[in-house]
Amino acid sequence: MIIKNKWHLSKDDVVARVVLFPTVLLSAVCVYGFIIYTIYISFTGSTIMPIYEWVGFENYEKLWQLRHWHIAIKNMAIFGVLYIGISTVVGLVLAILIDMNRMGEIIFRPVFLYPMAISFIVTGTAWKWFLDPGIGLEHIMHLWGFASFKFAWIKNSDFAIYTVVIAAIWQVTGFVMVIFLAGLRGINHTTIESGVVDGATNFQLYTRVIIPQLGASFLSAFVILGHMAIKSYDLVIALTNGGPGQATALPSTFMYSYTFTRSRMGIGASAAVMMLIAIMLIIVPYIKKQVEED
Amino acid sequence: MKKLLVIMVMLAVVFSAPVFAGGQQEKAEGDGQQMAKAIEVLHWWTSGGEAAALNVLKEKVEAEGIKWVDTPVAGGSGVQAMTVLRSRVTAGNPPAAVQMLGYDILDWAEMGVVANLNELAEEENWDAVIPDAIKKFSKYDGKWIAAPVNVHSENWVWANQKICDDLGIELPITTWEGYVDALQKVQDSGKVALAHGGQPWQTGTIFESVVLGVGGPEFYEKTMNVPMDQDALKSDQMLEAFKRMETLRGFVDDNFSGRDWNLASAMVIKGQAAFQMMGDFAKGEFLRADMVPGEDFFGFRTPGTKGSVTFNADQFVMFEKESQAKRNAQKVLAKNVMDPEFQVSFNVVKGSVPARTDVPDDEFTIIGKEAMKDLAQANDDGTLFGSLAHGHGAPSAIKEAVFDVVSAHFNGQYTAEEAVEALAKAVEAAK
Amino acid sequence: MTISETTRLSRFSKFIIVTVLTLFAVYFLVPFYVMLVNSVKPLSEIQGGNMLALPREFSFDYWVKAWKTAQVGVNATGLRPYFFNSVKIVIPAVLLSTLFGSFSGFVLSKWRFKGDNLLFGLILFGCFIPFQIVLIPMARVLGILGIAGTTSGLVLVHLAYGVGFTTLFFRNTYANLPDELVQSAQVDGAQFMKIFTSIILPTSAPVIAVTIIWQTTNIWNDFLFGVSFGDSRSQPMTVALNNLVQSSTGVKEYNVHFAGAIMAALPTLFIYIVSGRYFVRGLMSGSVKG
Repeated sequence: MIIKNKWHLSKDDVVARVVLFPTVLLSAVCVYGFIIYTIYISFTGSTIMPIYEWVGFENYEKLWQLRHWHIAIKNMAIFGVLYIGISTVVGLVLAILIDMNRMGEIIFRPVFLYPMAISFIVTGTAWKWFLDPGIGLEHIMHLWGFASFKFAWIKNSDFAIYTVVIAAIWQVTGFVMVIFLAGLRGINHTTIESGVVDGATNFQLYTRVIIPQLGASFLSAFVILGHMAIKSYDLVIALTNGGPGQATALPSTFMYSYTFTRSRMGIGASAAVMMLIAIMLIIVPYIKKQVEED
Repeated sequence: MKKLLVIMVMLAVVFSAPVFAGGQQEKAEGDGQQMAKAIEVLHWWTSGGEAAALNVLKEKVEAEGIKWVDTPVAGGSGVQAMTVLRSRVTAGNPPAAVQMLGYDILDWAEMGVVANLNELAEEENWDAVIPDAIKKFSKYDGKWIAAPVNVHSENWVWANQKICDDLGIELPITTWEGYVDALQKVQDSGKVALAHGGQPWQTGTIFESVVLGVGGPEFYEKTMNVPMDQDALKSDQMLEAFKRMETLRGFVDDNFSGRDWNLASAMVIKGQAAFQMMGDFAKGEFLRADMVPGEDFFGFRTPGTKGSVTFNADQFVMFEKESQAKRNAQKVLAKNVMDPEFQVSFNVVKGSVPARTDVPDDEFTIIGKEAMKDLAQANDDGTLFGSLAHGHGAPSAIKEAVFDVVSAHFNGQYTAEEAVEALAKAVEAAK
Repeated sequence: MTISETTRLSRFSKFIIVTVLTLFAVYFLVPFYVMLVNSVKPLSEIQGGNMLALPREFSFDYWVKAWKTAQVGVNATGLRPYFFNSVKIVIPAVLLSTLFGSFSGFVLSKWRFKGDNLLFGLILFGCFIPFQIVLIPMARVLGILGIAGTTSGLVLVHLAYGVGFTTLFFRNTYANLPDELVQSAQVDGAQFMKIFTSIILPTSAPVIAVTIIWQTTNIWNDFLFGVSFGDSRSQPMTVALNNLVQSSTGVKEYNVHFAGAIMAALPTLFIYIVSGRYFVRGLMSGSVKG
């Protein structure tokens, strides 16, 4: 480490600070400046545009009385758990299978990864069709002779959120797979070999030797999925637009709706602050770990 | 330390220079001479028929030497466009002209950012030719702030004539009981009785028509237009309205939720469904499918609402600009919007009715003529009301709050009694 | 050497593996297949039939229409002009965010100073800010800078919310490099810029690949910023596509919509498929880790 006298900076130290400056400035203004602004707005009676009139905690009280907000939080919990859980498991399985199969990598990796490259503005319509019982999967199965086949989740208030999960997993699993693939490639081989020598079955090799070594990959997958889950917005808008009713509302769509569609900017901002607190709870331990490691 | 800071700032400037220099240059071009005679229009008319109609206006404005700078933002009857507008106003760079609806206009006027069109309005005597119910949204504080283009009316039912003939259903249906009988007949025949898309605004459109049918014009005004009366909202008539919604819910197919309204129209067109309750813009779908009114399809007022019209009107709002050239361009646009000839040609293409009541109806179809007559009549009788579902009954916060309750009830999450309670509460909270 | 060479697999398990992978491949390919096959069908076939069926009447016209003549607003320009707006936004935004990220990643991992970890943590948190909350204040900032509604404005926005990720990728990669590399160069009298360009950059190819892929995808696919901060001169492709697809009234030309949608996805698809290999390699080099 290059630690110098605090008050004397070499020319290089100056250069180092200067090249760091744009990044710091952008973060200071566009992240922290705007967060402070949002917190402030959440305590004002802003409606269609910001109004700087202090109302205390009124927006927060209103927020927690809204059924819409409770639905959004409940959905966030369902969506977050399933989305992170399933795509981690499937991503890991796919990574292991691809890793076992040389040919697999060339053919299957791009196939699994491509959804990440496309925005939901693009694939939303295709998914909507596919999930729609009138023209999509159910209809096709009927055409193929499976008359009793039923798949109408997207139309059902209790199940619509699961269709959002299906499409979201489709998008991100390939990316999770790649993270695990990179992890598998970095595993210490002597441990595997000694496992083989001890006569472990393949299954035991994975569960006892290999997967426990993927801790870092699990963590980065978790963080990337976590932030994507919280930011999920395009997907819901494209698939269900929050419906039926408010059955697929998420905090992000709630916030947008109250800030822009409903002209209740104060309530939208208070929802945003709630979201920021939730994000902090999830992310700060990760950041702390990132920071302390080196 | 100070020196360091100076260097940092200088470097930041250097780094950002390409970004900002580019911006300044574009900006300079934007405000330069040839752009001075331009008008930027923010709108959400992006589909074929709408865009074609708007093109009529573009050509007229360009014929007067003003360049039309088009900023289309599609989606959800202008929801997305209104977000863009907010961002543009905040940035101090609002579009010169914006397509808008109902209470949104008044909300923006309250912010003090829209231009005053009084001079032109007086010159052209707008006061005499625009119905009062629409004027309510075109004027703020006694000043003209918007130029209305068209009027749509929402309390319509569209029917597949062939299905009705086959089942012996007499059209038009004028009573609720008759309507329920007809729906039952269709359902018994194995077809979908009511084609509906479960998006909140569509369910809201049906709901307000039902309210009008249950309680008549006075009740409608009390409950669906601000200031909404708490007693009326909690009344037995409102309970009846929700019960009727439950009846209608029984005639909708399983796949209704999330369906676009024009796909619902397509079900009626193809003969899969018999009825659709939707505004008169649905008529355009039937006409485009080469269906003949009175032979292939039929439109009638929602049972029990004859004589009343719930409307929404598209208007162009001008935003305050400093440069005289831009103000002149806005004036030219507003003048052309209100031009009787344009109001005819635009609305013939769009399928709506002119906002001006003094234009000839020669070029309109038989349904169009009828709709113009209805509008003038309702205006005279005082039964022309703003449509809540389309932003002319209450500001968006209240409108959306009503949608929340109505769609939750329609999706079976409330009983009628609970819905009445929840509606009154939601409206109160959103005020 | 892969794990598969260490473990032993029977022919039967290999068969099972390929079957499972193929089933997943079907799941992943269906939406794209739906778009592709319906983008070359006439509208009558789409409305009448099976969305998975191959076209009876194949035509490429819908692609041409989406690109050149489709109605986007009152102008029948197709998506073409918007495509170039997107290019004008993506290229500078990706390059600048990569540059800033590599600088700050280097400084934060190898040119340590008091509070550098805290600073990194703070920058990193910026990755997780929900974009909906920044729209209004960002609009104000762009207005003050005089770049509202321009492609430069959009470049700045993407830069602001991209540097967190690029800094993360570069810092993690550089942290794996031995400190001696920098120290010995310093002893030799090399200066900051010299060390950066001749020692650090040459090792950075994999992480640069990751950064470019990540940033290009995010920025190209952005809709929220594009629609909120773009105007008639600077609206990107996603906004135009939305205008094409979202029209609320009138006949929906699904074939043209799908053709346009695939077109909008092509550049990022191309990058993912061509550089997927570098992507994995870059991730292995430690740019994303726990």
